[in-house]
Amino acid sequence: MTKKTKDEILYDHNHDGIDRRGFLKCMAWAGTGTLCVMQGGVLKSFALNRGSDPGAAAAKGELSFVQISDSHMGFNKPANTDVVGTFQVAVDKINGLSTPPEFLLHTGDISHLSKPEEFDHVDQILKSTGKQTFFVPGEHDVLNDDGQQFRERYGKGSKGAGWYSFDQKGVHFVGLVNVMNLKAGGLGSLGHDQLEWLEDDVKHLKSSTPIVVFAHIPLWTVYPDWGWGTEDSAQALAYLKKFGSVTVLNGHIHQIMQKVEGNVTFHTAASTAFPQPEPGKAPSPGPMTVPADQLRSYLGITNVNYVQGQHALAVVDSKLG
Amino acid sequence: MRIRVCIARLAVSVVAAAILLLAAGRSSVVNAQQTPASVDVKIDNFSFGPAAITVAVGTTVTWTNRDDIPHTVVSDDKVFKSKVLDTDEKFSYTFAKPGTYPYFCSVHPKMTGRVIVQ
Repeated sequence: MTKKTKDEILYDHNHDGIDRRGFLKCMAWAGTGTLCVMQGGVLKSFALNRGSDPGAAAAKGELSFVQISDSHMGFNKPANTDVVGTFQVAVDKINGLSTPPEFLLHTGDISHLSKPEEFDHVDQILKSTGKQTFFVPGEHDVLNDDGQQFRERYGKGSKGAGWYSFDQKGVHFVGLVNVMNLKAGGLGSLGHDQLEWLEDDVKHLKSSTPIVVFAHIPLWTVYPDWGWGTEDSAQALAYLKKFGSVTVLNGHIHQIMQKVEGNVTFHTAASTAFPQPEPGKAPSPGPMTVPADQLRSYLGITNVNYVQGQHALAVVDSKLG
Repeated sequence: MRIRVCIARLAVSVVAAAILLLAAGRSSVVNAQQTPASVDVKIDNFSFGPAAITVAVGTTVTWTNRDDIPHTVVSDDKVFKSKVLDTDEKFSYTFAKPGTYPYFCSVHPKMTGRVIVQ
C-alpha cells in the first residue's frame, strides 16, 4: 500500500470504492483552497487560485452556507490571547465572500465558560453578517445549568436538550446535541429521546433529499482515547442509511478532518479560536500553542455549496491567514 | 477568722483547679489539630493527579485546576459536584462517610479519578 503521509486518514477501514490515492492527494491540497467534489464515487478537484474566494471558481451552487465552530469566546490563554480578534477575522472573511452564504451554522463551543457576556459578544460580532446563524451547543456552552441558558438564547422551537431540523432549498438540515449527560469515561452521547425524534423526523423524507447533520462532537470515532466520538452515533446513521447524500458537519477537535463512508461525508471544522493537536500527537487534547505568525493558518471557516442534481455537497475549508 | 481563711484557701484551690483544667483542655485541642485532615488533587493535562487516593473519614479533598482549559469534578453517584473550574480555581469536599467515590470531569468524561475513604 502507499506509504503513510500525514494526510492519511488512519481510522477509515471502509472499502467504499473511492480511489484512495486521488482522495489523499485532494485532501493534501484542501488547505490551500482546492474544491473537492465527489461525483459518483470519484473525486474531482478544482484547484482554486491563491487568494481567490473558495466557491467562486466552482459551479455556482443553488445553496451556499458557511460552517463556523469553536469560537470559545472568553478564552485568554497563550494559545490565543485574542479570540475576539480571530473571530472577527473569520466573520470579515464570511462578509467578503463573493457568493454570500444564505445562513451560518455554528457547531458549538460558542462560549468558553457559558457566561452570558461571552454569548452576547459572539452574537454582536455575528450581527454584521446580516444572516441567521443556526447553533448547536458544545460542552463549553452547557456548563453549570444543563444548557438552559443556551436553549433560551438559541433553542427556539427546539426539542429536548435543543435538537431541531429545518429545510432550505430542498436540503434537510438536522441540528443534534451530543454534549449532554456525558458518562464517566465515555464519549459524546445523543440519547434515546433524541434518536427516537431523529428516526421520526426523517422517516417520511424522499431518499433523494440531501441531508446535512450538524453537531458538536464528531459523529464518527476520530480518537476514542481523547473522547473524540459519539457512543450512539451508529444508531443515528442507521436512520439516514436510505438517503443518497448525507453530509455530517462537526467541530470540537479544532482541526479539519474528512472521512467518506458510503453515502456519508463526515467533516470537522477548524476553530476560530485555537488549534488542538492531531490525535495521539500530544499527551492531551488541550489548546496547542503555535508561533504567533502561524496561528491564523490553523484557524478557519468552511464554505458549503449545494448544486441541485449533484450527488454530494461541496465542502471547502479556508484558513484565516 | 478561720472560716474566712478556709474560704480563701478553697477559692484559691478552685481557681487553681480551673486553670489546670483549662491548660489541660488547651493542650488536647492542640493535639487534635496536628492530625492532617486535607488532601490536594491537581488537575492538569486533562487528568487528575493523583487519580486514586485513599483518605480517612473526615478528610477534606481540594481539587485545583492547573490546566489551561476548564474542568469539573463530578461524582459518578451524584454525591458531590463542582461548578466549572477555570485555571487556578478550586473545589473542596469533606468526606464524612467511608466508601469508594469514583468521579469524572463532566466536560471531558474521559478524565476519571477515585477517592477511597476508610
